[in-house]
Amino acid sequence: MAQFEPTLLARIHKPDSPALASYRADGGYEALKKALGMAPVDVINEVKNSGLRGRGGAGFPCGLKWTFLPKDHPGPIYLAVNADESEPATFNNRILMEKDPHQLLEGIAIACHAIKSNSAYIYVRYEYGRSYRAMQAAIDECYANGILGKSVLGSDFSLDIRLHRGAAAYICGEETGLIESLEGKRAWPRIKPPFPAIEGLFRKPTIVNNVETLCCVKQILQRGGDWFKSMGVPPDPNNPRDAGSYGPKLYCISGHVNNPCCVELPMGITARQLIEEHGGGVWKGRQAKAVVPGGISMGFMSASELDTPLDFNGPGKVGCLGLGTAAVTVIDDQTSMVDVLFNCARFFAHESCGQCTPCREGTAWMHKILNRVRAGHGELRDLDLLVEVASSMGIIPGTTICGLSDGAAWPIKNAIKKFRSEFEDYIKSGRKSVDPIPAGAH
Amino acid sequence: MPVLSEAIREKIREQFPKYPNKRAVTLPALHIVHDEYRQVSLDAIREIAELLELHPSEVHDTMSFYQFFRTEKDPLGNHRVWVCRSISCMLRGGEELLGELCNRLHVKPGETTSDGKVTLEFAECLGGCDGAPCLLVNDECEMNMTPDSAMTLIDGLRAKS
Ligand SMILES: Cc1cc2nc3c(=O)[nH]c(=O)nc-3n(C[C@H](O)[C@H](O)[C@H](O)COP(=O)(O)O)c2cc1C
Ligand code: SF4
Ligand code: FES
Repeated sequence: MAQFEPTLLARIHKPDSPALASYRADGGYEALKKALGMAPVDVINEVKNSGLRGRGGAGFPCGLKWTFLPKDHPGPIYLAVNADESEPATFNNRILMEKDPHQLLEGIAIACHAIKSNSAYIYVRYEYGRSYRAMQAAIDECYANGILGKSVLGSDFSLDIRLHRGAAAYICGEETGLIESLEGKRAWPRIKPPFPAIEGLFRKPTIVNNVETLCCVKQILQRGGDWFKSMGVPPDPNNPRDAGSYGPKLYCISGHVNNPCCVELPMGITARQLIEEHGGGVWKGRQAKAVVPGGISMGFMSASELDTPLDFNGPGKVGCLGLGTAAVTVIDDQTSMVDVLFNCARFFAHESCGQCTPCREGTAWMHKILNRVRAGHGELRDLDLLVEVASSMGIIPGTTICGLSDGAAWPIKNAIKKFRSEFEDYIKSGRKSVDPIPAGAH
Repeated sequence: MPVLSEAIREKIREQFPKYPNKRAVTLPALHIVHDEYRQVSLDAIREIAELLELHPSEVHDTMSFYQFFRTEKDPLGNHRVWVCRSISCMLRGGEELLGELCNRLHVKPGETTSDGKVTLEFAECLGGCDGAPCLLVNDECEMNMTPDSAMTLIDGLRAKS
């Protein structure tokens, strides 16, 4: 552990890190050259053997997903790169795109060779204007230097990569919402199956991968699957569904710490280590009351759970939905969980796409009920009502199309379970949280 | 008289080779029009639909899903400033920042200053949480904002145009 060297973030502090010349001076596009010399199936096997699991939130094994594409398909096959990064508190894709755009492009090109795709779209959330421009500049450099286009690095492999801009909607990060949005429609997630690998973008076989996942692909081809597998956490023997958590991971730390930042570490660090060793400790000399392990969809860990390893399997053991995006948000002991939960509920009420009634109505009611509690008009039975609404919505109960709903419900269920007495005291005391925003603003 | 200039139409047509069908150019076209005219009017929707060989209702359906695009009833000012209200910013004063900017600019979120120059909005997480509280000026993130530093920035925008 002491000798851990960042690879994904190795170049970000160089002054001209986004430039092709600088990237090439650091050995850039050698991994692509190597991959082009391999059969696509061997590239897939290398990624499979590395144990890489998707970094976008669901943790699905990357190489395995690639094998779901139909065999000998006449094409086109598409790669849709998910750069919609909108889960609150998550910002590592932004850093990867702004500071090292060629690393992502190389990962995309390797993935496209592996899945036999000649066309990739990068769906960049609108808010990432700097990322969009950095990616566009890097793509232009690649076309000008024979890395993209008809003959990639002089081979007979051709590849086009195009940028597509979102329009500020969280649901475009859900893979089929992203596909619908790219096709020019409202971003209503599709019922699955068919999964995108069979019928995705423009009704063709499509792989959707996250930005960080594809940057890992480039590192795996450069350093080998064994290198990737040499760090992290092996599968939990007590959980037959855990495929292990290997490789380096980008952890985002934000909220009430002295030094909010993004750090690269081997999978499995604890929240306490992140806060103390990388986040500069809890701010103002306070203690942490709660920590979000991976974006607000995952729920909360309480102060007694901070030694939980943040691998794919860890947060679930303490009642969280999962590792999510590994975006750690620290909430100090002076903050009201009522206000925090209200903030989460408001987010999901705003971002539900409205297609499924339990999600559209459920997120709106959870927001309204928490608003009422915050206005000092809550009743104790509201807590049970919140849990009842939350328990009725999502893929887990089977009432909705996509996982936004599960992510909206989880923090509600989990916060009321872990912090019930705080919610009860708040309601009994008749307290109010003063809203700093002028009336009518929401 | 068409509302979309020939230059704008040409910019939209330049998008066609990037996609296997014209419908996929809906979002790019809406962005091109919105950036230029600070709104997408019903006339503009009809003209985009014609260019993309779609029914105007299809373009309207997509556009209205993304609350991002403004109509002629509600055009944008010259600059759009979004203040983040999601969790990491909220924990570090994002809500107070938004409230204070509303007060100082005499607008509610979504409204434009009386000189027509700055539209203030709330945003969900901007992905700048390492610099919370933050805001977006058009499409560039500005981090570690205070009400004073944000006002200095906004005054700079108003002086520009
Ligand atoms: C509501 C919702 C929002 C999502 N947002 C994102 C996102 O912003 N970025 C992302 O990579 N994945 C997001 N995902 C996960 C994607 O659906 C998909 O699993 C992922 O992009 C696959 O890439 P990976 O296997 O490389 O992780 C989201 C999922 C849901 C249900
Ligand atoms: S679960 Fe919610 S966000 Fe997902 S498709 Fe249904 S309504 Fe839309
Ligand atoms: S919460 Fe404000 S930028 Fe992420």
